[in-house]
Amino acid sequence: MRSLRFVFVSWKLQFKMIMRSPFDGIGNVIYPLFFATTAFFVFRAGSSPRTLIYASLGAAVMGMWSSVSTSAGSAMQRERWWGTLELLVAAPRHFSLILFPSTLGLATVGIYNLTATLLWGRFAFGIPLTIEHPLLFGFSVVGTVLAFAGLGLLFAVSFVRFRAAWVLGNFFEYPVWLICGFLVPLSLLPDWVRPISWVLAPTWGMNAIRESALGGTPLPDLLLCLGLGAVYVAFAVLVTNRVLYDARARGSLSLT
Amino acid sequence: MTSFRALFYWLTPWIYVPTMFISPLFQILLFAYIGRSAGLESDKFYLIGNALQYASIPCLFAMSQAIGGERYQNTLSAILVSPAPRIPLFFGRSLPVVLNGAFVAAVALLTGSLVLGVHLPTSSLAPLLLVVLIAALSCTGLGLVNAALSLRIRENAVLSNVIFGFLLIFTGANVPLDSLPGWMSTAAQGMPFTHAIEAARQLADGASLGDVADLLGAELLVGAIYGIAGYALLRWFETLSRRHASLERS
Repeated sequence: MRSLRFVFVSWKLQFKMIMRSPFDGIGNVIYPLFFATTAFFVFRAGSSPRTLIYASLGAAVMGMWSSVSTSAGSAMQRERWWGTLELLVAAPRHFSLILFPSTLGLATVGIYNLTATLLWGRFAFGIPLTIEHPLLFGFSVVGTVLAFAGLGLLFAVSFVRFRAAWVLGNFFEYPVWLICGFLVPLSLLPDWVRPISWVLAPTWGMNAIRESALGGTPLPDLLLCLGLGAVYVAFAVLVTNRVLYDARARGSLSLT
Repeated sequence: MTSFRALFYWLTPWIYVPTMFISPLFQILLFAYIGRSAGLESDKFYLIGNALQYASIPCLFAMSQAIGGERYQNTLSAILVSPAPRIPLFFGRSLPVVLNGAFVAAVALLTGSLVLGVHLPTSSLAPLLLVVLIAALSCTGLGLVNAALSLRIRENAVLSNVIFGFLLIFTGANVPLDSLPGWMSTAAQGMPFTHAIEAARQLADGASLGDVADLLGAELLVGAIYGIAGYALLRWFETLSRRHASLERS
């Protein structure tokens, strides 16, 4: 319970900080909207039977992923630049638990992205906003946010040795948009890509959100998404232990 | 060249390779597959559109870093207090930016065509390189405007991304201009890349350089207008900065 309270308080603080950051709070919300708009135009002009609501939901989750991928990779580095990394590492809580609210905050901004994209599609392109299973849709969004936060945590601790960690975060933006079926059905991609999609939680999060909105069965996808998110967190804890051990052994915690 | 190397901090391979070589390839693939999914246009359409449009990333970011970066290095006042003529000072910095932008777009065109299996006629390759160079030149003009604004605003990365986004939608890189609302396709005529992308597509379809000369002329004109506007803005902000003592304020 104390850990949950700790995560909640830290998440609130991180979320407030993110929302006041021009890059994370404004840039990361606006930027995916340009891609969403382009996709809406392409689908509207195309001859595919796929509806604009399909594109709208996909574009909305694209925005959720953007908010995590571009900034989570450098979450640990930011603490290093601010000079707070040593204090956080020395705190009695496990460092992963300290870092998780930061990536959870970024993932939460994704809800803002999702809402903005759906509303943009509704008012600028007339895409209907009908959600068949509102409750399941809400669960799917929250589950996807948690899984994205887990993946963001894994990014944050894995990229810490790279001085330009933000580049690696950016680097994963397009590939995940492409291979997780946000706007392109997985059946269109080469066969060898599919196993990669299956181990990425965004694939299942996207499926769950789409199934709940369009009237399918989102629960299996949601459970897979959450399961993978938990696996990412477990990996992230292991990587954190390793990274901190190395940093202490070499005295390299504050080196950039 | 010295300023470019000193201030464009993306030149390290850890940033340059993912940002300049791999990301444009994924942008091309993303839109080629979206096009396939939507049943709109061919892979060649998206290859050419996105390879050229991606030149905006090096042109916008490098130009703003090459000028706005002086502020963060605390060297801006030393430069502006010098009697150095301003035209070579500002436009000189844009030359490596143009070459770099053209290089990035050309590599994207090459790697994208290999991955997607798009055949570009051998006879079109040299004219395409010229188009890529003109597109980069034109966008560097807009980059100069962006650089001037970076003397006044704190978050230039956000502004550069926003400009990139507008170019993605408006220039016909992914959406045929006749599929855009009228006001958007009209506005696109005044943006970098619109004419270059159209010229490149015609060249890839077998047109000669003479056939697209008017498009290239229009692209150069657009770039020149932005370049002059950028230079005027830089001079204006320089004057304002002196008047209000806001040169180093960030």
